[in-house]
Amino acid sequence: MTNIVLFPILIPFFFAIVLLFFKENIIVQRILVSLGLALSLVSSIFLAYIVHTDGIQTVNLGSWAAPYGISMVSDAFSALLVTTTLIVTFFVVIYSFYAIDEGRERNYYYPAILFMITGINGAFTTGDIFNMFVFFEVLLMASYVLIVLGGEKRQLRESIKYMLVNVVSSALFVITVAYLYSIVGTLNMADISVKIAEVDQPGIITVIGILFLIVFGIKGAIFPLYFWLPSAYAAPPIPILTLFGALLTKVGIYSITRTYTLFFVHDVGYTHMWLMGLSLLTIVVGCIGALAYFDLKQIIIYNIVIAVGVILYGVSLMDDFAMAGSVYYIVHDMLIKAALFLLIGIIIFVTGTSNLREISGLMKQYPGLGWVYLIAAFGLAGIPPLSGFIGKLLIVQGSFNAGHWIGAIAVLLSSLVVLLSVIRIFLYAFWGEPKETKPINRMQYKKMMIPTTLLVILSVVYGVGTEWFMPLITDSKDVLLDPSLYIDAVFKE
Amino acid sequence: MELLTAILVGVLFTAAVYLILSRSLLKIILGTGLLSHGAHLLILTMGGLGGESPPVIADGVTDFADPLPQALILTAIVISFGVTAFMLVLSYRLYAVHKTDNMNALRGNDEHD
Repeated sequence: MTNIVLFPILIPFFFAIVLLFFKENIIVQRILVSLGLALSLVSSIFLAYIVHTDGIQTVNLGSWAAPYGISMVSDAFSALLVTTTLIVTFFVVIYSFYAIDEGRERNYYYPAILFMITGINGAFTTGDIFNMFVFFEVLLMASYVLIVLGGEKRQLRESIKYMLVNVVSSALFVITVAYLYSIVGTLNMADISVKIAEVDQPGIITVIGILFLIVFGIKGAIFPLYFWLPSAYAAPPIPILTLFGALLTKVGIYSITRTYTLFFVHDVGYTHMWLMGLSLLTIVVGCIGALAYFDLKQIIIYNIVIAVGVILYGVSLMDDFAMAGSVYYIVHDMLIKAALFLLIGIIIFVTGTSNLREISGLMKQYPGLGWVYLIAAFGLAGIPPLSGFIGKLLIVQGSFNAGHWIGAIAVLLSSLVVLLSVIRIFLYAFWGEPKETKPINRMQYKKMMIPTTLLVILSVVYGVGTEWFMPLITDSKDVLLDPSLYIDAVFKE
Repeated sequence: MELLTAILVGVLFTAAVYLILSRSLLKIILGTGLLSHGAHLLILTMGGLGGESPPVIADGVTDFADPLPQALILTAIVISFGVTAFMLVLSYRLYAVHKTDNMNALRGNDEHD
């Protein structure tokens, strides 16, 4: 069972290929896609268990020894992210059964999602920098298809911009890998780390570090590279927006975290100062955006930007508490953002608009939706028993330990802004005089509520039962702060 | 030799950036084409231009060109080919629906459209 590392990548890939043969048969597609995701979810939970009990798992493809072949490495951090990705995708796909129109389902909607999951899980698991580029392209190509699927005017307009930004950043990725290859002469990430330590980080390595920050910053939407995100994410339908918002930026964050804890750890004063400054500015612009809009989608989209800033700020501190906080927060954010986008989708479904000014008094008609939304909103802001609390607590604690009280205060203030922005949705949409809404299919509303509520419950469990998840988070933090654990695991054979 | 190719790559990047910043969509796509050419040439250059013979095992040959960058370039070429094909079809659809290829006319200034 040494190949267990590959299962969460190969199972979605296999099912995506099989799905291509059932274009017209929607029932078969739905059964196969949920079966495929359930199987990969089981395998990823098993993988997380193995990683927790036996330590970091590595597979050398084709049995070529470590620096010469491609290694797939699954440490606690990547196992955790892979599992969360599959959980989120599973619920979003169930939600899509009721929220996506038949035309999209007939035109390779589910295969595209599975190909995107293949790319995301591959990027989380790979131990080779060029292989990471390839997996990025796999997930980006699928995301291009998903963002334009349906071909509405607005989708066409925004998807071409999304594509252009990502094509440029991919070219930059290739360029950066070429520079790195000319310095260290290897592509295996563990080997790169060893070689960089041997040459003792000359100036050119710092330049490459900043180039990587730019490349992954475009994918992960940090300031000032987030400009493409708000309009691009608002174009596709809600389930696709949910997948993008919950998963795609997290791949960028993961890559920054991995490179900045494995490669560029010898001149931390310079590279991590940039990361810290930019992540704090990311929080600021996210806060401004979250307060500026009266559009349901835009408010939550800018909340993604805030979360990116908070997580990367925790990473940049290179501190025990803050790193654990970031690992905790990234999983929390994937779950809660998915839940919030799905809830927004239901509000848009029952009212037919995403303009907050045109919605009011939903509490009388849809009390369930209102209360679930309130819990999710409190979870996002980090009210104590819920899941947003522990992550931010640890990041703030690490920040005070390092003496960066400005950052700690910025993170705390951003929580207030997050709370204000999501509670404003609650006040405008659910309180006040009920407005006349068009009659909707109550059955469909209930079916859409089920996966959404389950996701919110899961995020509550994640917050209340932090103790259960803490061992995995501590493992992740240890590997991130001590690259030798990662290197030894890759070169063990 | 590396210096010459480095200058050539720089020229390709300059032209690519200039084209990508233009208004016409087709010019922008041509720019991304030049950008990927530049990136691929850069991989070849950064791998080192030494080596007497192509990386094929043959009798009596000891000095090979570095095979790894060539494999990387081959991968990057097919990926950028796929992406460019998709982008060209997308721009064709965009032109059919929006009746313009001017990027300035494709701004989304509407909060609720």
